[in-house]
Amino acid sequence: MLVLENVHTHYGKIEALHGVSVEVNQGEIVSLIGANGAGKTTLLMTVCGSPQASSGSVFLEGRDITHAPTASIMRSGIAIVPEGRRVFSGLTVEENLHMGGFFNSKAEIRKSQDHVYELFPRLKEREQQRAGTMSGGEQQMLAIGRALMSKPRMIILDEPSLGLAPIVIQQIFEIIGQLREEGITVFLVEQNAHQALSLADRGYVLETGRIRLHDTGANLLANPDVRNAYLGG
Amino acid sequence: MQDLLYFFQQLVNGLTIGSTYALIAIGYTMVYGIIGMINFAHGEIYMIGAYTALITITGLATLGVTWLPLVLIVALICAMIVSSAMGWAVERVAYRPVRGRHRLIPLISAIGMSIFLQNYVHLAQGSRNIGFPALIHGGFTFGSSDTFQAQISYMQITIFITTLICMTALSVFISRSRTGRACRAVSQDLGMANLLGIDTNRIISATFVIGAALAAVAGLLLGMYYGSIDPLFGFIAGLKAFTAAVLGGIGSIPGAMLGGLILGVGESMTSGYLSGEYKDVVSFGLLILILLFKPTGLLGKPEVEKI
Repeated sequence: MLVLENVHTHYGKIEALHGVSVEVNQGEIVSLIGANGAGKTTLLMTVCGSPQASSGSVFLEGRDITHAPTASIMRSGIAIVPEGRRVFSGLTVEENLHMGGFFNSKAEIRKSQDHVYELFPRLKEREQQRAGTMSGGEQQMLAIGRALMSKPRMIILDEPSLGLAPIVIQQIFEIIGQLREEGITVFLVEQNAHQALSLADRGYVLETGRIRLHDTGANLLANPDVRNAYLGG
Repeated sequence: MQDLLYFFQQLVNGLTIGSTYALIAIGYTMVYGIIGMINFAHGEIYMIGAYTALITITGLATLGVTWLPLVLIVALICAMIVSSAMGWAVERVAYRPVRGRHRLIPLISAIGMSIFLQNYVHLAQGSRNIGFPALIHGGFTFGSSDTFQAQISYMQITIFITTLICMTALSVFISRSRTGRACRAVSQDLGMANLLGIDTNRIISATFVIGAALAAVAGLLLGMYYGSIDPLFGFIAGLKAFTAAVLGGIGSIPGAMLGGLILGVGESMTSGYLSGEYKDVVSFGLLILILLFKPTGLLGKPEVEKI
């Protein structure tokens, strides 16, 4: 579904990714864990073409998207829940959702919207409220809902649990599991390594711009190095 | 009674001028809201709108078309089309290549574009001012003939109604339409809109086109109101509209409308009660005061750094 081959990404002169290869297969949940500054967000953003990889290749469903513009990548069946949620704070919940389904017909939008409200009944209650006035957890639900509006085949989530209350985190992870059942491929970046690896089919460990480890979620959870570094021993 | 009539007269004059400032100010504020730059060539776009309208009116007169509503509507449409094309082209040529660089670079580019357009019109149309036919005559008079008489001309009413229609249409467009919603989203987080697959360049172009079209409307209206235009016609109006946009809170469309009206009324009150010479002092004094004490403007929101 998504393949990164020996990807190098630069911010100006600084190289943030030093030749990263990652593969996400159809229907999987793949988690990427790593410390702050390891390049997790850079990796996800490189998939979205912002910034573009300076060398190496990115393939989405077999198509080379390494040098495609962001807007066209994001219209080809992939959606992102970015770091920090980035909901449109001045727009209402409903308007935010409609932005997510911008390129779909009215009927499709209607359908996706009902589906999102089913997943997150809270959003339905807040339909006409400005997104900026909602709590962090509600904003995170909205960000996920917005990403689902385009009916993506693959969804990328960047630290969806960051800064949320434990009960909300639980709910978010349940929804992520539910997405897999709907057939959506999930590529997840998390600091919350335990949750992310328990849920994942496979996982990658990123350290200072390089993939250190790559295994099934269960094996990584059992790996002593991973336990020491990311799971608090 | 007489004092009241005099005040009423100044108020009407102020609202008339102010509503056209507001029309121009919307162009500044929308562009700033989306890409954070001041389009200093916007005054010239307005001036070109006025010239296009004048050329169209003259052309129609030569063809023998004299039915007023037709003349006005054709002139308006031509001015809007030419100005919009100009606004679009200016963004493509002068701003897009330097977007994302240091803030001063697009600013210099904008000033360059403004000088270029002014001189282009100098060459093409001559530098002397040209009479603009009033077309709309007459009006209502209030008060008895032996004391002060307040007058509201049909021209003023036309200006007021036209700007009202434009602003209502714009508000509905921004709040209800799909593209309008995208404009708001892009102005809040351009990068995120891009991550939703939205071609943000097209939204930016649309902003320039809308701003330019509204400026063209103002060009036709003020051309008729003042009775003459010259290539520097856009310079002072541009500055005033910019002031109005800052006054109301740059980036805010209702702010631009409010700022324009306040500025217009402030100016006409100054002319009416003090002296016409002071009106620019008052407007730019107001700009300095607002920058000193409330830099975000009356309706502007402070930029909040989110974590």
